Amino acid sequence: MPKDGGIGAATPRREDVRFLTGNGKYTDDINVRGQAYVHFLRSDIAHAKINGIDTSEAEKMDGVIRVFTGADFEAVGSIPCGWQVTDRHGEAMQEPRHPVLAHGKVRHVGDPICAIVAETYEAARDAAEAIDLDLEELPAVVDMKEAVKDGAPKVHDELTSNLCYDWGFVEDNRAAVDEAIKNAHHVTTLELVNNRLVANPMEPRVAVGDYDRSDEEHTLYTTSQNPHVIRLLMGAFVLGIPEHKLRVVAPDVGGGFGTKIFHYAEEAFVTFAAKELNRPVKWTASRSEAFMSDAHGRDHITKIELALDKDNNFTALRTETYANMGAYLSTFAPSVPTWLHGTLMAGNYKTPLIYVNVKAVFTNTVPVDAYRGAGRPEATFQLERVVDKAARELGVDPIALRRQNFITEFPYATPVAVEYDTGDYNATMDKLTEIADLSGFEARRKESEARGKLRGLGLNCYIEACGIAPSNLVGQLGARAGLYDAATVRVNATGSISVMVGAHSHGQGHETAFPQVVADMIGIDASQIDIVHGDTARTPFGMGTYGSRSLAVCGSAMVKATEKIINKAKKIAAHLLEASDEDIELADGQFTVAGTDKSVAWGDVTLAAYVPHNYPLEDIEPGLEETAFYDPANFTYPSGAYACEVEVDPDTGKVTIERFAAADDFGNIINPMIVSGQVHGGLAQGIGQALLENCAYDEDGQILSASYMDYAMPRADDVPFYSVDHSCQTPCTHNPLGVKGCGEAGAIGSPPSVVNAVLDALNAAGHDVPHLDMPLTPSKVWDAMNKGA
Amino acid sequence: MYAFDIERPTTIADAAKALSGEAQALGGGQTLIPTLKARLADPGTLVSLSGISEMQGVCMSDAGEVCIGGGTTHATVAAEATAYPALAETASHIGDPAVRNRGTIGGSLANNDPSACYPAAALASGATIITNAREIAADDYFQGMFTTALDEGEIITEVRFPVPEKANYQKFVQPASRFALVGVYVAKYADGVRVAVTGASEEGVFRWTEAEAALTSNFSAEALDGLSVSADGMIGDLHGSADYRAHLVKVMTGRAVSAAA
Repeated sequence: MPKDGGIGAATPRREDVRFLTGNGKYTDDINVRGQAYVHFLRSDIAHAKINGIDTSEAEKMDGVIRVFTGADFEAVGSIPCGWQVTDRHGEAMQEPRHPVLAHGKVRHVGDPICAIVAETYEAARDAAEAIDLDLEELPAVVDMKEAVKDGAPKVHDELTSNLCYDWGFVEDNRAAVDEAIKNAHHVTTLELVNNRLVANPMEPRVAVGDYDRSDEEHTLYTTSQNPHVIRLLMGAFVLGIPEHKLRVVAPDVGGGFGTKIFHYAEEAFVTFAAKELNRPVKWTASRSEAFMSDAHGRDHITKIELALDKDNNFTALRTETYANMGAYLSTFAPSVPTWLHGTLMAGNYKTPLIYVNVKAVFTNTVPVDAYRGAGRPEATFQLERVVDKAARELGVDPIALRRQNFITEFPYATPVAVEYDTGDYNATMDKLTEIADLSGFEARRKESEARGKLRGLGLNCYIEACGIAPSNLVGQLGARAGLYDAATVRVNATGSISVMVGAHSHGQGHETAFPQVVADMIGIDASQIDIVHGDTARTPFGMGTYGSRSLAVCGSAMVKATEKIINKAKKIAAHLLEASDEDIELADGQFTVAGTDKSVAWGDVTLAAYVPHNYPLEDIEPGLEETAFYDPANFTYPSGAYACEVEVDPDTGKVTIERFAAADDFGNIINPMIVSGQVHGGLAQGIGQALLENCAYDEDGQILSASYMDYAMPRADDVPFYSVDHSCQTPCTHNPLGVKGCGEAGAIGSPPSVVNAVLDALNAAGHDVPHLDMPLTPSKVWDAMNKGA
Repeated sequence: MYAFDIERPTTIADAAKALSGEAQALGGGQTLIPTLKARLADPGTLVSLSGISEMQGVCMSDAGEVCIGGGTTHATVAAEATAYPALAETASHIGDPAVRNRGTIGGSLANNDPSACYPAAALASGATIITNAREIAADDYFQGMFTTALDEGEIITEVRFPVPEKANYQKFVQPASRFALVGVYVAKYADGVRVAVTGASEEGVFRWTEAEAALTSNFSAEALDGLSVSADGMIGDLHGSADYRAHLVKVMTGRAVSAAA
């Protein structure tokens, strides 16, 4: 192993040095000479007809360059949706136009109406107050079930209704599932809400547009998880800019959690306006703007029914979900409640018959799209809640019920279209039992009771689909892009290496973990290797980072490119050593002729590649640079088992998390410290969803929790010291590293165990509370104890 | 924020003069600055009180009161009001470190946020609010949510707290803002017990007089048995119903009594 860490080493994150010393370079740190500033005047009404916009006073004000309205964008494309879902009748989803600036109507609080470009932010904001808007308020639709009723006000007048699609999966199973549930020995039914969340990355969104008249090239600096995707969507669909004339740069990004995947109107605006005005244009979101313009997450209403036979085997599962799309279709919104949700409904269990129905609904709310886990947390939550409820109803041990129904043979083809390659759910449950010290729970419960507190234990399993995704498969499912990734390995003459990747790091530690892989393959120090990401002009066409895909997909491309490098370098070494190619072995940075002491160092070979004085020029080209694209053969399927112990204060309803244990199977692991950190972060977000976070709307479409005064983010003292373990490893069978992905697991796996634990505490104390919707705030828990759920 | 002028007087007299026109006093700015940033206020002129040395610091009066300058930060009170431990403890849990290092007692009491901690401490302690013009008893000072007895331009220069035999403040935090969802300050003096409640009522901080009477005759949590607080007029919002807040008033009062030292 290289001395500063190859595969498996817990190398400290090299990028943290610049982040923690204030030397990160974020989009807001980018200032282009001569830049102007834009402020967006946003609707404070959820649904209104725009009768008039008078910008004449604003345009006369000092420092104002120009005020844009929706009329300026009539010839510009619609903000595109990247995924088309086909409904259960074979019809394409309803897909409304999404203008850069609202035109004709405003459809949610935060919908941008005017863009004021000025010499300073303050001048732009002053001018915004001088704009005279004539808005005619219309009835808003906020509640999804109301929105799909006949006669409900329509968010988009050109659509037939507010129903985006009515999706059935697997439609051919529908009748069989209905029959199985009708004839079941026992059916457990649960209706629940998966609460709407706001991602709240520490860095709000920022975009800077620049246009260079000398070469007619656009540059967009933006807070994105996937600059190539933004270039593709904005260039091809919105602004009609050819890709070779559009560069998208996403430098250091201060957290994404999904909400920075999507192409946003503000990006298109600054790119458009920079050319129109011949001035760079910069926008930096305020936190308030983030609440009303970043795509939100979750927001499902679900009814789930689990059928069991007399021996407690799961025989069928049926779900009906209303999924909020918000006012417009964000980039990947239609895929989240369908292909990232329905396909996971088997979970860890061999339920033979499954039918999933999803109704996606337009409402006068901020668009909803992927947020850490994206569809998989929603699937896991309902499934692991209904299994727990079934165990309680049947009076059986929830662990035993799960174990009895575990899938144990792999590969396993689920009834919901996916095939799990590997896994060992009993192994992670065994590990959980150990690290959570489940056998000590009763003693801890007694100790809590002695202090007047109610203690509860909740568990759940999870499975997720990561390494998104096989392009041919997602193409059939409606994706309008491929989901491969790419890497270029550029070896310099002195042997150091730059790896240009299509993935993007915004907290995941790629700059540390990716070099560990290349260092391990070649046998040189990881410090000799740098990762370049986040710039379409410097990196090969990759699809970015989300869905825990970076290492499984982009890392695999990097491995393939490195293999090409090693093969070529062996040929050069063979020439230098006057041996045949196949006799050359590479270890610890030395090329050796097998069975001899003849060797040449990595640096001598790389130098020869660029100074080819003694070089097989007739057989191979000089230089040492290779690119590979990798398209995965399947999803990867991380899995695990989580346990949460809570105390409930019966006097106040306050829940505190006393212990939390997570046993995950991520396949092979490159850097266990980074993996632990990813799990910790995911757990904090999952606990946040379960106990604290909620984006609440009133019936008029006003956001009630639009600032940190009312939107409760988890803080350090809201979460416990975690016990995490990832020693259970069933390597992925179809990617070269055997990795599965770890970025979302914590957020997917934790909410059900928190809720199960609170319900256990309440029920054990004699309160009959079958379910509570998240977040489990003190007041909600107190109400459940005192007024019934 | 809108453009504004700022004045930085160094004496109370100069500050009062600066505030006699159209101007807004600026204490630590922990409420006012976010308000300005959101363009919810356009004061024209701000008069910063933080440069006035005679409004700084903690001392004891001859009558044994803890006297705190109106411009004294929460962090200073937490560190220096050792003669009144419950008050120092209360100050040490206001907001977060940034708030405690900037926010001032005068600013907090002048703002009278219905969920702030200091109004409960001042009311339960029967404190005296000293201004550049007069002395106001706490019982006369708090007049409802964000409303006080202060006149336009009047400056809180000092707050005097009689030191109780025992006292304690129990804050049940609102999960997002961590202001008091319900906060109860109990102070036991030789002549009786005072109980002040913040966070709960639509009328702002108030005294729970039934509890005061019960606790004056028997200073123990059991003395509250049988008492209850009406939910009428209690705040109901995302974070808790009026019923819940009314319930918490009693729970927090009991805990404050038990913890009082």
